[in-house]
Amino acid sequence: MKHTNSRMSSLIEVNNVSRHFGDHCAVDDVSFSLNQGEILGFLGPNGAGKSTTMKMICGNLAPSVGEIKIQGYDILEQPKMAKAELGFLADTPPLYTDLTVDEYLQYCAKLHGLKAGAITTSVTQGKDNCGLTDMGHRLIANLSKGYQQRVGIAQAILHNPSVIILDEPTVGLDPIQILEIRQLIRQLGQQHSVILSTHILPEVQQSCSRVQIIHHGKLVLNESIDTLNDRMSSSSLLVKFKRSVDISMLKSLPDITDITETSDNQFRIQHGQNQNPAETIANLAVNENLGLLELTPETHNMEQIFLSLTQAEPHDE
Amino acid sequence: MNSLTIAGRELRSLFLSPLAWTMLGISQLILAYMFLTQIDFYLTIQPKLVELANAPGITDLVIAPLYGNAAVIFLLITPLITMRLISDERRNKTISLLFSAPISMTDIILGKFLATFIFLLIMLFSITLMPLSLIPIATIDFGKLTACLLAMMLLLAAFDALGLYMSAIASQATVAAVCSFGALLLLWIIDWAGSNSGNASPLFEYISMMRHFESLLRGLVHSTDVLYFILFIAGFLVLSVRRLDNDRLQK
Repeated sequence: MKHTNSRMSSLIEVNNVSRHFGDHCAVDDVSFSLNQGEILGFLGPNGAGKSTTMKMICGNLAPSVGEIKIQGYDILEQPKMAKAELGFLADTPPLYTDLTVDEYLQYCAKLHGLKAGAITTSVTQGKDNCGLTDMGHRLIANLSKGYQQRVGIAQAILHNPSVIILDEPTVGLDPIQILEIRQLIRQLGQQHSVILSTHILPEVQQSCSRVQIIHHGKLVLNESIDTLNDRMSSSSLLVKFKRSVDISMLKSLPDITDITETSDNQFRIQHGQNQNPAETIANLAVNENLGLLELTPETHNMEQIFLSLTQAEPHDE
Repeated sequence: MNSLTIAGRELRSLFLSPLAWTMLGISQLILAYMFLTQIDFYLTIQPKLVELANAPGITDLVIAPLYGNAAVIFLLITPLITMRLISDERRNKTISLLFSAPISMTDIILGKFLATFIFLLIMLFSITLMPLSLIPIATIDFGKLTACLLAMMLLLAAFDALGLYMSAIASQATVAAVCSFGALLLLWIIDWAGSNSGNASPLFEYISMMRHFESLLRGLVHSTDVLYFILFIAGFLVLSVRRLDNDRLQK
């Protein structure tokens, strides 16, 4: 069952995959691959094709065109081998509400072909990882939404799969649980590959090593988080003075590309990517006794990048 | 192995709901009443039977009719048991758990089929306790009783397979129940057309489930009848697997 194919370094390979529902094209020619130890954040507006892509990787939907390989096994031709390496949490956690947590997790473990001896240990471990230790005897129907979500995550990691796919795993969790789950995901990412889709952008920045943005079924961004952080680094300063300032005086400072006055005595100062004129501005303010009230670097965040990529067409707002 | 896991979970859920217990209780009650009236009837005609040479025994007059009645009751309740098998999994999205696990579609269908079949066998067993209770006071033809049980098992498996298929194509459990009940009833009575005038279609006669069932119930174990049921069961199981497989290809 283990890697017959040792040259494979990527755990997931998605090659030119498209999916049509009637005339509607939900996923359009998407290709990417994922290596061991990577955590891939999958972003996109509602209806962009995130869930469809994830379902296809897990073999719940067959792609119209293209191929998907898990550890070198084609998901359609060798589904059993490929699925043995997969843990999947769909957008609605697949829970049998009339079972207790223990019964449910044992059933999942058996479905994934764990041996009788390994089932108890893996169920205990799964419960520990997801903070369900005291919930074993509770009926799933009586658990809160957050705990149900945790049972769903426990189900996906129970059999120690090499690829874990989580569709919006932190929906319905409280802030403490979200932190715990993020930590769990980072921990999982050390030995496994994780794909997670989410609407919460900071979550991606904190837990993922790679980011993909999908829009209208097309992959519009596929970059590592480090490259993205560079793109997000500051290139403007927000400055506010107490007394009125001659704008030409500021313009004469080095490294400054543009200055706009945003309100009374408040300026947005654009500068080069790798230069920071904050010090010179501060010195100027002191020398000229301008009364510096504010000096803040402005950072581009995930949100701006996300919006600029997904709202390319005119939008009336 | 995988199908046994699925069957175990399915049976457990079945017995966790009041539905299974209610069905066991109510069907037992009704059949016990029918059994009693059948015995009563037997006791009134018994003096006349003594005068006949080669008279039918208690197996023909009490036990076979009991199973005949049971068949009609099963016709009514099997759709209620099978209706949730696939359609509820789809509705509750739990089907994604099965689709992402390393098991085949055949495992899923066989597991579901086995679970309901075992439940139906439990019902059949509790019904069979009634004829067995006659052992101390009457001589029972065990050959015929075995034929009756074989007939029941084949019939129940056939009901089960058809119900499972209906559950696989319907999006709602109730729709599956109505469809499988309609289909079963139609198959039950399809040979009625022309049967009075004596020129019934041989095709309809072959399709009719009741015809095959009744000849088995009379103790005539004919390979044609057994084969009919086996083909029927296998046919609907294969169709169910295909239908489930189609979920992934949905347009």
